[in-house]
Amino acid sequence: MDTLKSEKIRMKLQKSSVGIAGAGGLGSNVAVSLARAGISRLVIVDFDSVEDSNLNRQYYFRDQIDMIKVEALKETIFRIDESIKVEVFNHRLKKDTMDRPFHNVDVIVEALDSADIKTLFIEEVMKKLPNIPVVGCSGVAGYGHSDRITTKKLGKLYMVYDEKAKDSSEDVLMAPRVILMANWQANIVLEILLGEDK
Amino acid sequence: MIKVNGNNVDFIKNETVSQLLKRMKYVFPNVVVKINGDLVKRTDFIDTIVLDKSEVSVIHMISGG
Repeated sequence: MDTLKSEKIRMKLQKSSVGIAGAGGLGSNVAVSLARAGISRLVIVDFDSVEDSNLNRQYYFRDQIDMIKVEALKETIFRIDESIKVEVFNHRLKKDTMDRPFHNVDVIVEALDSADIKTLFIEEVMKKLPNIPVVGCSGVAGYGHSDRITTKKLGKLYMVYDEKAKDSSEDVLMAPRVILMANWQANIVLEILLGEDK
Repeated sequence: MIKVNGNNVDFIKNETVSQLLKRMKYVFPNVVVKINGDLVKRTDFIDTIVLDKSEVSVIHMISGG
């Protein structure tokens, strides 16, 4: 292990904060990976509670069913590292105020569910917070076809993207692909914060 | 000539973003469009003209998260 490199990374991530919009299959897995990586502050927004049907892909457990998702996720993150500052908002992101929770973060992760809300969120946040990079994801449904996934970079917008994937209403959502794409997003966040790994 | 997602596409004078998306057969309702790096909101698609030599990027949003 390169201890000098790991110390440099630790110092940098200790000063970094990431906002996560949505704490479902993408958001919960992004949050846990970034917590393990050493991000010191996470801002997480979701309106939902944990349901039995979430457990096939989201980072929740049976004993958290009916808990508010952001509270359950905070609990899980503290089980990994008590020192992480986790700010949670248990509400639905609404048009015209979607940017509000994310003014003081270094990177924003779009981890929302419906295509319509994803588009609204990206439009609004990129307009109101033009200096903050946004890492979004489109096309998680199904299984297999890992090689179709790419990173599309449009200015400060990074999309983890499979343009051939079906809409989730016409397909299945399963842990391997959802978590793969969530961690793809988390990996891009690290690259943005730390610079390219050379 | 313009570029759409990296591919050369004929330039049509006074063509709007909506018309271009239709011509490209991009029928998805939820798309993020950038022209030369600038985001074009969906509400502006019908009156934003695509100029010659523009680089257009279109990403469509697919539900699931």
